[in-house]
Amino acid sequence: MRAPRRSAAAGAQAGDRAWASLLVLLGGSILVVVGVIVLELVQVARPAVSAGALRFLFGTDWDPVSGSFGALPFIYGTLVTSAVAMAVAVPVSVGLALFLSEMGPSQLRPVVSFGIETLAAIPSVVYGLWGLFVLVPWLRSAVEPWLGRTLGFLPLFKGAPIGVGYLAGGLILAVMILPTVASVTNEVLKTVPSALREGALALGATRWEAIRMAVLPYARPGIVGASILGLGRALGETMAVTMVIGNSPEIHASLFAPGYSLPAVIANEFAEATGAVHTGALAGLALVLFGLSLVLNTLARLLVQVVARGPKGGRSA
Amino acid sequence: MILRSHLVRTFVNHAVTVLCGLMVLLALFPLGSLLWLVVSKGVPGLTFAFFTSLPTPVGEAGGGVGNAILGTASMVALACLVGLPIGIGAGVFLAERGDHAFGRTVRFTAEVFSGVPSIVIGIVAYGLVVLPMRRFSGLAGGLALALLMIPSLARTTEELVRLVPVSLREASLALGIAQWKTSLRIVLRTAAGGLLTAALLAIARAAGETAPLLFTALNNQYWNFRPDQPTASLTVQIFNYAISPYEDWHQKAWSAALVLLLLVGLLNLAARYALRKSAAGVRT
Repeated sequence: MRAPRRSAAAGAQAGDRAWASLLVLLGGSILVVVGVIVLELVQVARPAVSAGALRFLFGTDWDPVSGSFGALPFIYGTLVTSAVAMAVAVPVSVGLALFLSEMGPSQLRPVVSFGIETLAAIPSVVYGLWGLFVLVPWLRSAVEPWLGRTLGFLPLFKGAPIGVGYLAGGLILAVMILPTVASVTNEVLKTVPSALREGALALGATRWEAIRMAVLPYARPGIVGASILGLGRALGETMAVTMVIGNSPEIHASLFAPGYSLPAVIANEFAEATGAVHTGALAGLALVLFGLSLVLNTLARLLVQVVARGPKGGRSA
Repeated sequence: MILRSHLVRTFVNHAVTVLCGLMVLLALFPLGSLLWLVVSKGVPGLTFAFFTSLPTPVGEAGGGVGNAILGTASMVALACLVGLPIGIGAGVFLAERGDHAFGRTVRFTAEVFSGVPSIVIGIVAYGLVVLPMRRFSGLAGGLALALLMIPSLARTTEELVRLVPVSLREASLALGIAQWKTSLRIVLRTAAGGLLTAALLAIARAAGETAPLLFTALNNQYWNFRPDQPTASLTVQIFNYAISPYEDWHQKAWSAALVLLLLVGLLNLAARYALRKSAAGVRT
């Protein structure tokens, strides 16, 4: 550095200012990207939404040929498949997370967590392929007949076992959201202060009693958050559900019946949509999906943060 | 509370442990089944020609996914061109200057938007590129993948840059080195492996996406070297083969799925390797 001291310092300051503004610019670009996403979505959906949003949301008839667009069969299908997915995936995920963070033998933990990471990395279309050629035939030949025989008095399990349908969609979703729910729950359990756990153990609790009385109550909002995060993924998951749900825009009480979901109808019809109203209606469905996922994700993140911060009034760990 | 006998409590403890173990088996069973089937059904179709030739009509022997592999590669490359600078840049911002209100807003936005369904992003890319150009194109597909990768890439980048010990930064600043030089030459150079990891994970995710390509890139039965034309992709090809009624195409779907899994798996392994290298660099 031959330059005089003063100008070197000035140069450093100018460099710092430039670097700081560059960083702010880069960070702000995320907000720009998000703004573009929202604006563009609203733009594409406008023709259908302006044609009557309420009728659109609660209409049960979807017939693009006659220009009738009701979103309810898709909203129903999305909710039912997601509910099935949550009912299966949440207990399994919590068990998995407990195994990973509290109960499992420490030699097995890396193997299991590698398996979970692998589940998370498999592309959705490959799950669909597996669902179509493995899960659906298995449901048709074994699970659905058995459920029909034993629980057939419930409207949920009535009807012919055809394999494709809400149940298949829900189960494939369960497999797909499992890694999300399990890994976030695992993270949440790790933030529970070990003093709580040790305190319970020192009082003579067994490992499970310590978990039930000290760990789970502390972690509960975070586990709920993890589940909501999984729900957000389940609502928007497209390919695998499209391949196994049966693609029929009707509402059925039975889980065995073929249905349709919001992302699936967009995937199937958007490329061949006829006219701006059909395109707009599908974009309107995307808008519904987008709104749901924003609300759920925001809620989930807030809940997970609550646990990470700890209870009010300070914490001892 | 009534004290239960020691025996019962120990039994419950063991029962719950076993139950958790069962949950693990239940979760890993689909993984095992899926991997086994993709490999066992996919391997017979994997010839050299499968990687290099065009898809053939039903009943015609041979045929492959060469153009789909090229299409996936070109659209992912396009996505990287747009998505990597923005995503990694925003991540560096979050790690370096993310502790104020603005930084928190950006972080929260990135987190919430990393959960937006990919099909919704497809519609955005459709509106941005396909509608004005009046044509499905690889460009639109690439843009969809870019929009998709940005939010989660930013978060991963931030986490990995934050692994660089503060002491390194402080040592550099204490030697009188300007902040921007410290950031670029000390912090980011140390985090280079982490940045590579974040990029590789984003690429792996983009390569496996199907939904946003369906109505942006559409598909193409031929070799395509122009970004303004419909472009084939491995994932859309798997989808089309899988839902077709033909046995021959189902076989090709499994083989193409094996190719896709190998690609995604290799990218993930490379990401792990890069992270380990970088973690080792941080420690020494």
